[in-house]
Amino acid sequence: MDFKTFVFILMTSVLVNNYVLTQFLGICPFLGVSKKLNQATGMGVAVIFVMVLATAATWPIQNLILVPLKLDYLQTILFILVIASLVQLVEMILKKFLPSLHASLGVYLPLITTNCAVLAVCKNSLTNESVASSAAPFVTALVYAFACGLGFLLAMVLFAGVRSVIEHSKPPRCFEGVPITLIAASIVALAFSGFGGIAENLFK
Amino acid sequence: MPEYFIPILIAVGVITAIGLACAVILVVASKFFAVKVDEKYAALRDCLPGVNCGACGYAGCDSYAAALAENSSIATNLCIPGGAIVAAQLAEIMGVDVTTTSKKTASVHCNGTCDNTDIKANYQGIHTCRAAMLTYGGNGLCNYGCLGYGDCAEVCPVDAISLVNGVAVVDIDTCIGCGICTKTCPKGIISMIDTDKRVSIKCSNKEKGAVSRKECKVACIGCKKCEATCPTDAISVVDNLAVIDYDKCIYCGKCAHVCPMNTIHSEK
Repeated sequence: MDFKTFVFILMTSVLVNNYVLTQFLGICPFLGVSKKLNQATGMGVAVIFVMVLATAATWPIQNLILVPLKLDYLQTILFILVIASLVQLVEMILKKFLPSLHASLGVYLPLITTNCAVLAVCKNSLTNESVASSAAPFVTALVYAFACGLGFLLAMVLFAGVRSVIEHSKPPRCFEGVPITLIAASIVALAFSGFGGIAENLFK
Repeated sequence: MPEYFIPILIAVGVITAIGLACAVILVVASKFFAVKVDEKYAALRDCLPGVNCGACGYAGCDSYAAALAENSSIATNLCIPGGAIVAAQLAEIMGVDVTTTSKKTASVHCNGTCDNTDIKANYQGIHTCRAAMLTYGGNGLCNYGCLGYGDCAEVCPVDAISLVNGVAVVDIDTCIGCGICTKTCPKGIISMIDTDKRVSIKCSNKEKGAVSRKECKVACIGCKKCEATCPTDAISVVDNLAVIDYDKCIYCGKCAHVCPMNTIHSEK
């Protein structure tokens, strides 16, 4: 994989096809954990970690077991199973060997277990164009998962900043709390739609 | 075996195999990576009732146990549902002196049943106290009394509150004293009182006697007979409503006896 593909994947998945703000996946943690910057960062890092690991586990399963046996239709159910057990395993290992990291990731790890963004990354990494056309598809898939996680982290951090401003503002009473947060999220998403087409045209 | 059956078997087999593999890995990992949990925490947590009511001031039984295990200066008697028994157990584990709590239960300060009071309007909105409260403080003739839509019964974690004839009634034996209902009642007419000292004023009406008498047959009319009768000056009429100072009250029940409106209830 050359440098150009690397940057292209990074640009497309972080900015253009951002999982949260453009594809609207993983909205639950995006709204739930974005109240404070350090929590948002913790969640983002945990998601990157899990996305890369999950792709590393599901990619071989798809290509070595499901495709030869013509069982592609079992993808979703198997991926959920594998991701959920993987997250549990990671949590146990972290608890044992890196208790400080486990404490800082805390509740976010189990939260990610059923995060649809992780499942989507695993599924999309199989069909992504740059992954499919790459000479080393497995490594490219991992890079793709990492980039998607990075996009999630970016969205979390940006929105945590937006929310800290909302916290001190005084919206009309009927908009207080969740409504104004949802409106703010939609505006941030709208801003991200402006990135559409950038990567394709940069690397033409 | 018919031929179309084979792919099904393969699919089932693959899913089962992978699921089994995941399960085995997790079981092995849970043995291999087991982390010792603080023994003290586990013992403390076992004592707590596990209702997660939050009456102790912590997020739930887990966090109270964790806080206790870490910091021995935290009081061991904060668990109200558990009462004296749990307080004693916690104190024993922590190795500190037993400081008991008096068990508290909820009391609804209203007896405005359908027979005693009337409605001033037909309310056809959402059947919750909070919604009814928004329309001129509810449809009852008395603006202070129980609305009777059972928001308190809804939040009660042990179903100790029931609606009897339009008024919320607390079952003292079931009540664990978490106090969630006192925060939920939009009229604020539920309070916590000591279980073994139950004398309570079943009215919250602060109107003058002439008005409150018209609104409800069992309203406190502020006649001050109880005030005059009380041997320890524990009862006083404030804003046309009798109030008991439970620190002074000796639970003789004389006030309940003299009350002309039958507003004070002694539940001994």
